[in-house]
Amino acid sequence: MDTILIFLSSGLFLGWSLGANDAANVFGTAVSTKMLKFKWAAIICSIFVILGAVIGGAGASETLGKLGSVNAIAGSFTVALAAGLTVFLMTRVKLPVSTSQAIVGAIIGWNFFSGFKTDISTLTKIVYTWVLCPILAAIFGFVLYKALIIYIRRSKIHMIRIDQYTRIGLIFVGAFGSYSLGANNIANVMGVFVPVSPFKSINIAGFTLSNTSILFFLGALAISLGVFTYSKKVMTTVGSDIFRISPLDAFIVVLSSSLVLFIFASEGLQALLISFGLPSFPLVPVSSSQAVVGAILGIAIGKGGKNINFGIMGKIGMGWVLTPFLSGVITFIMLFFMQNVFMQKVVL
Amino acid sequence: MKFLGQAKNLISEIDIFWDNISRSALVFRTGMNNYLDGKTKRFQSDLKDIRKLESDTDVMRREIKYKLYSHMLIPESRGDVLGLLETTDNVVDSIKKVLLQFDIERPEIPDSMKDEFKELTQLSVNTVDEMVLASRAFFREISIVNDHINKVHYYEHEADKIEEDLKRKSFTSKAIKTLSWKVQLRYFVERLARVSDEAEAVCDRLSVYVIKRSF
Repeated sequence: MDTILIFLSSGLFLGWSLGANDAANVFGTAVSTKMLKFKWAAIICSIFVILGAVIGGAGASETLGKLGSVNAIAGSFTVALAAGLTVFLMTRVKLPVSTSQAIVGAIIGWNFFSGFKTDISTLTKIVYTWVLCPILAAIFGFVLYKALIIYIRRSKIHMIRIDQYTRIGLIFVGAFGSYSLGANNIANVMGVFVPVSPFKSINIAGFTLSNTSILFFLGALAISLGVFTYSKKVMTTVGSDIFRISPLDAFIVVLSSSLVLFIFASEGLQALLISFGLPSFPLVPVSSSQAVVGAILGIAIGKGGKNINFGIMGKIGMGWVLTPFLSGVITFIMLFFMQNVFMQKVVL
Repeated sequence: MKFLGQAKNLISEIDIFWDNISRSALVFRTGMNNYLDGKTKRFQSDLKDIRKLESDTDVMRREIKYKLYSHMLIPESRGDVLGLLETTDNVVDSIKKVLLQFDIERPEIPDSMKDEFKELTQLSVNTVDEMVLASRAFFREISIVNDHINKVHYYEHEADKIEEDLKRKSFTSKAIKTLSWKVQLRYFVERLARVSDEAEAVCDRLSVYVIKRSF
C-alpha cells in the first residue's frame, strides 16, 4: 500500500497544484473583491470539486484513456510527475500553461516511449476541443453579458440589490464551477492511474464506490488540500492582477467558463444531445484558465471591444503547442531514467 | 436572509437621504420667497426646518457610510457612493448657510431686484432637483443619469447669467446708494448662486462615476 501511495503521489501533487491555482478561476474574484470570505469559498469549492470528480469525472478520463492507456503504475507515476514538472517549469518562466495540455503531452510521450500508437482521431478531438474551449467561453461570456445587461436596464434594480444578487449568484456559480472543475479536470490528476488502479470497489450503505471513484475521490481530496493550503494567496492576487473586473463581470466569467467545463465533462448532457439527434461535445479535459480568459474576452467584446489585448490569444495558442511538446519530451526522458536507472517497470 | 433585509434597509435609507435633499431645495425656495416678501415669521420657520434637514442629512450620510463598510456592500462602488453623498451634503450645507446669513444680516433687497432674486433662487432649486434625479438614477437606471446632468449644466449656466446681471445692477443702480450695500448685495447674489455651483460639482463627480459603472 505504501508503494502505491508513493506512486500515486505525483498525481496527488498535480491535484494539489490544480487546487492551488485553478480554484482561483472559480472563486478568485469573489474573494478578492470581498464579496465572499475565503473560508466559505474554500469549503464550497472543496465539497463541489469532490462531488464533480466522483460523480462526473469518468467521461473526460475515458478520452485520455483512449489517447494512451498507461499500463504500469510506475509509468503512470512518471507521466503525472512529468506533467507536474512541465506545469512547474512553464509557470516559473511565466508562460501560460494548462494541466490538461501537459498531461496530454505526457501521455503522448509515454506512447512514444512504449511504442504504442497514439490514436490520432482522439488527439484531433482533444486539440480541437482546446481551440473550441476559449472560443465557446467567449461566446457564452458575450451572450450572457448582453442578456444580463438588458435585464438589469429593463428591471431598474437598485445598485445595492444587484450587489446582493451578485453575491448569492457568485456562490451558486462558484459551486457549479467547482463541480465542473472536479468533473472535467480530475482526469488530468488521476486519469493516467485509472488503468492501473490498485483499489477495489467498496460498498458503503448500499452505495458501490468503484475503484476509479476511489481514485478520483483521493485526487479530489488533493485538489481540496491545494484549495485550503495555497489558493488564498492566488485568489487575493487575482483581483489586482489581469482580471480587474467587477463582481458582476466575475459572475458571468465564472458562469461561462463553468458551462464550458461542464459541457466537456458531462456524460449526461452528451447522452441528451445524442438522444435529440444533435451534435454532441467530446468529453475532454480543458483548461479552466483558458476558459476564463475566453469569457473575459467575450465580455470585453460585449462592452464595445476597446482595449482588448489580443496578444493573450497568441500566448494561449503558444501554450497549445509548447506545453504538450515540452511535457512529451520530459516524459520520454524521465521514463528512460525510471526504466534504466531506477529499474522500474514503466510499460507492461 | 438577514443580509437581504440589510440591503432593503439601506436602500430605503438612501432613498430617504435623497428625499431630504429634495425637501431642502423646496424649503430653500419657500424660505427665500418668504424673506423677499417680508414674511419674517414664516422665514424663521423655514430656517428651523433647514437646520433640522441639514443635521438629519449629516446623520444619515454617516449611517449609510457605516452600513456600507460594516456589511461590506457594493465593494467596487462604495467609495464613489460615499463621495457622492459627501458632496451632496455640501449642497444642503450651502442652502442652510445662505438662509442663515439672510437671517443674520437681513440685507435690504430693492424691489426692482426682487424678481431676479426669486428667479436666481428658482434656478438653483432646479439644479438641485435635477441633481437629485440624476443621483437616484445612478442607483437604479444609469442610462438616464446624463440626461439629468445636462439639465443641471443648463440651469447652472442660466443661474450664472442672472448672477452676473444682478451684480451689475447692484453696482450701477442709483437706488443702491452706499458701497457697503452694493458689496452686501453682491455677496448674497454669490451665496445664492453657489447652491447651483455645488449641485453642478456633485454632477461633475457623478458623470465620472457613471463612466466607471457603465455596463
